[in-house]
Amino acid sequence: MSSIEERVKKIVAEQLGVNEADIKNESSFVDDLGADSLDTVELVMALEEEFECEIPDEDAEKITTVQQAIDYVLAHQK
Amino acid sequence: MTRRRVVITGLGIVSPVGNSVDQAWQNIVAGRSGIDHITRFDASNFPVKIAGEVKDFKIGDYISPKDARRMDTFIHYGLAAGIQAIRDAGLEANPDDADRFGVAIGSGIGGLPLIETTHDDYLGGGVRKVSPFFVPGSIINMISGNLSIMYGYKGPNISLVTACSTGTHSIGEAARIIEYGDADVMIAGGAEATVSPLGMGGFCAARALSTRNDDPKTASRPWDRDRDGFVLGEGAGVVVLEEFERARARGARIYGELVGYGRSADANHITAPCEDGSGAAACMLAALRNAGLNPNDVQYLNAHGTSTPLGDLAETTAVKRAFGEHARQLVVNSTKSMTGHLLGAAGGIEAVFSTLAVYHQVSPPTINIFNQDEKCDLDYCANEARPMKIDVALSNSFGFGGTNGTVAIRRI
Repeated sequence: MSSIEERVKKIVAEQLGVNEADIKNESSFVDDLGADSLDTVELVMALEEEFECEIPDEDAEKITTVQQAIDYVLAHQK
Repeated sequence: MTRRRVVITGLGIVSPVGNSVDQAWQNIVAGRSGIDHITRFDASNFPVKIAGEVKDFKIGDYISPKDARRMDTFIHYGLAAGIQAIRDAGLEANPDDADRFGVAIGSGIGGLPLIETTHDDYLGGGVRKVSPFFVPGSIINMISGNLSIMYGYKGPNISLVTACSTGTHSIGEAARIIEYGDADVMIAGGAEATVSPLGMGGFCAARALSTRNDDPKTASRPWDRDRDGFVLGEGAGVVVLEEFERARARGARIYGELVGYGRSADANHITAPCEDGSGAAACMLAALRNAGLNPNDVQYLNAHGTSTPLGDLAETTAVKRAFGEHARQLVVNSTKSMTGHLLGAAGGIEAVFSTLAVYHQVSPPTINIFNQDEKCDLDYCANEARPMKIDVALSNSFGFGGTNGTVAIRRI
């Protein structure tokens, strides 16, 4: 089983159409990886799907970097 | 002020008979059908199990997988045909005079398959499962929108919706935009992709489709005695329209002149054609009037010719009404005998075929005329292509709601 970090990066790569190698933990979805507002909504939906969780909108707004996504998933793992 | 002339300088196509202009034209002239059993979804419980599906199409040849994932199939087809046409015209570079370039690519129905699957998502997981790309991925004007973003076109950006007349109306209205001086180049046509449960289901329920499931390649048989409905097709056809002096100045290849455009309404019935052919005849005559041509100037007509019992007869009546004695001299051809009926894309691909008929001086065949209906007694170019002199071609489209469109293309 891949680590949470690997799984998050794979989803980010798929959703945003970027190479996994270009994704760093500190990468910002919007500033570094070229996401727009619609991309970030869909990215959160993909994370919910992958990790079988529900991310409320107020939490989703605070997830702006890869590391924040990893931290969120780690903190809310079932 | 003299009227600005409009010429055709680029062609693009995605269709059941091929995904490039060369391949599609070769198949059309050779009389090869693109109709087969449905593979898009499980149609085993449908009364109709055949369609003209696009085959071996790779959207990744045109746009990134990320962008592609966020658009329904009709947008893929429309973008691909549009990009082909722009490349064919030698206009790949983003223009300096971007406000003189526009797009008018429409669709009859739009993103129905994505509406269906998104509704499934909603039923399965509630509103949180509805993608933010659902709306921009399914609405009809997103071919025009996406092409303008890709190429930087800042001129008129529209999408018409007139059912099965969409492609023809889009091209005709785009030509008017150039004629009137609002743009110098318009990318125009139609796209459709509704081989889906609700798309097929709706036309099945209307009893509009051929049920010749055991013999798909002969199911679309316009003007044949045993025709029993149309075959649903999918794809896109797009042309580049350009102001004549501009095209000539840059040394563009000119396929022909978009010389006339007409439209009319039957004011008769939501789905059935007007049996006396009056609406369709008025439409053809309006195109000729706009072109400054007489009926006997026309040699080739790419008919609507969908293979429905009523429609084929009504169009024959309309041609006689519009052309009088000259109707007997015309070649009236249905390429739908090979492609099926692409709804909002039909006028797009048929404008491509009509343009090539003028350019190559050949009429494609109408295949599957085994026993010609005696009430349909014109020259339909049955079963074999025919080299012939074509100075002027017309292309007809008629849509639900009784909306008619005709474009006239002149050899140049």
